[in-house]
Amino acid sequence: MDFKLSEAQEMLKKVARSFAENEVAPIAAEIDKTGRFPRETFEKMTEVMFTGIGTPEAYGGAGGGDTEKVIVVSELAKKCAATAAILSIHTIFAQVIQKYGTEAQKEKYLPQVASGGCLGAFALTEPNAGSDAGAAKTTAVLDGDAYVINGTKCFISGGGQAQFVAVFALTDPTKGLKGLSCIVVEKGTPGFTIGKIEEKMGIHGSETVELIFDNCRVPKENLVGKEGKGFGMAMVALDGARIGVAAQALGIAEGALEESVKYMKTRVQFGKPLTALQGLTWYISDMATKIEAAKWLVYYAAYLKETGQPHTKEAAMAKLNASETARFVTNLALQIHGGYGYMQDYPLERMYRDAKITEIYEGTSEIHKLVISRSVLS
Amino acid sequence: MKIIVCLKQVPDTNEVRINQETGTLIRDGVPSIINPDDKNALEEALRIKAAHDCTVTVISMGPPQAKDALKEALAMGADEAILLSDRAFGGSDTWATATVLAAAIEKIGSYDIILCGRQAIDGDTAQVGPEIAEFLNIPQVTYAKKIDFKDGKAIVTRYTETGDYVIESKMPVLLTAIKELNVPRYPTVKGILNAYAPGSDNISVWGIDDLTIDATQIGLKGSPTNVYKSFVPTKSKTNEMIDGLNGKEKAAKLIGKLSDLKLI
Repeated sequence: MDFKLSEAQEMLKKVARSFAENEVAPIAAEIDKTGRFPRETFEKMTEVMFTGIGTPEAYGGAGGGDTEKVIVVSELAKKCAATAAILSIHTIFAQVIQKYGTEAQKEKYLPQVASGGCLGAFALTEPNAGSDAGAAKTTAVLDGDAYVINGTKCFISGGGQAQFVAVFALTDPTKGLKGLSCIVVEKGTPGFTIGKIEEKMGIHGSETVELIFDNCRVPKENLVGKEGKGFGMAMVALDGARIGVAAQALGIAEGALEESVKYMKTRVQFGKPLTALQGLTWYISDMATKIEAAKWLVYYAAYLKETGQPHTKEAAMAKLNASETARFVTNLALQIHGGYGYMQDYPLERMYRDAKITEIYEGTSEIHKLVISRSVLS
Repeated sequence: MKIIVCLKQVPDTNEVRINQETGTLIRDGVPSIINPDDKNALEEALRIKAAHDCTVTVISMGPPQAKDALKEALAMGADEAILLSDRAFGGSDTWATATVLAAAIEKIGSYDIILCGRQAIDGDTAQVGPEIAEFLNIPQVTYAKKIDFKDGKAIVTRYTETGDYVIESKMPVLLTAIKELNVPRYPTVKGILNAYAPGSDNISVWGIDDLTIDATQIGLKGSPTNVYKSFVPTKSKTNEMIDGLNGKEKAAKLIGKLSDLKLI
């Protein structure tokens, strides 16, 4: 057993940290305030090829796997959870194409999303189909050489910014989950429009929108995998996505701890720095311990996935635990900062709001408990 | 065209503390980085490479762990890397270091441009680049903030405090880079993974036996500089409160004092 990152991973961590400090942190508060999608940051992430992590070099990617993704997403999340979300969610599209796409689809889409500056998105959720993905209503009916898509997807991260969206729709509405299929829809396709742009509690820079399909005709070669196999594909994609959210939650927690350590060393009350107050130092102990536990569970899930081993349970555990850790740690970190923590002059107020989403998206904590208990009791 | 970039691995001074008793740097646990000015030199080489048909070779003299700096240079886009590492090189001052680097450059053979950083953040001498040029008997332009090429010559804008000089030089030429020259790129993920790919033997290591060099001119013994003592200058500040009946009177007194001190 070896708990060390490789030399390359250590360097990647250093580069990601430096990128987060110099390119991400300076605009984190601004994109939180305005809700602006930081396109320039996405372009910079394309230049550094964070966007190509997990895609093979042959398809314009950077190589690497889930461990590299965890490293980068968590470093970004230390400074800006929204930017981490943008990258993490973007890579899911490429994962779906890579795992289930035809050679032609891989050659078409992967270079554009891995290193071509195009954002990818993943559209499964509908107003009445959240945790219950099987209640999806969006249909894709084959008509000649095209699928005609009708329906509405909601809460789609990056959906308005993406060039390509992997849309899950019923090609056979009579079969429920077994009629669900995955189809790539390109930005600008007639009949495909962006609906409501959501106003959220946190991760404001990661734009969340409604996608509306009104007789949207998509070439039938845009079908990814086989008809009716969409649900299984979505579940596999979500296993990977959960590791991404877990990494994001881990980063938020690590960032909040770093801020707290810095603050406690410099803030003086009762004639001494906060580090001399035992009640507060114990908060730090709890925060650091939970983070350490969360970290290794996240890396373990990533390791299982990239070595091709079953990881559904561990990905769920990593996400459940890391997101609870993020909420716990940001709460105490804000408490340590006292009144200043509640003010927008310090990043804690934002981090506290951002942390909450990690317990909800890519599967709520309750869904993860279901996944875990089913696996343990089977 | 062939460009050689000399770079040095230095402790990240943002994280370095000084041992007040010995006056030396506390290096334990301090991460190492490519010296910032050297990174500008490397960035410029990579930009020239992108615009012209050329190769970029990076060389560094240092202990085995300086390989990390060279790996980072490869990850940024350098074509090959050479580490000059030998116990005989240990303790070298700028003269001895430049002697070793010049010998290595002679061994590489043909080159058109040598790019160095202006100075290293740990020693701040700014001597190694110019010394290499002298040993190789080639022209040098220091403090380069802009580099162009015309008719096979380098057109270099040299920054000074009193104004910029635009200098034309034949090649080969040695240039030293300042931070105004460019903004260094990040190594790409692909570059990092390839630089460390298993089995990739992309850094040559040269020792004293690989170079044609006068052994009396290198290492601690060959160094004409001896550090007698190093210390951190103590900064002392004094302040004086200016009294007065009102703001106007205080301001008048302040102006009087500032002009007495010839500050205004």
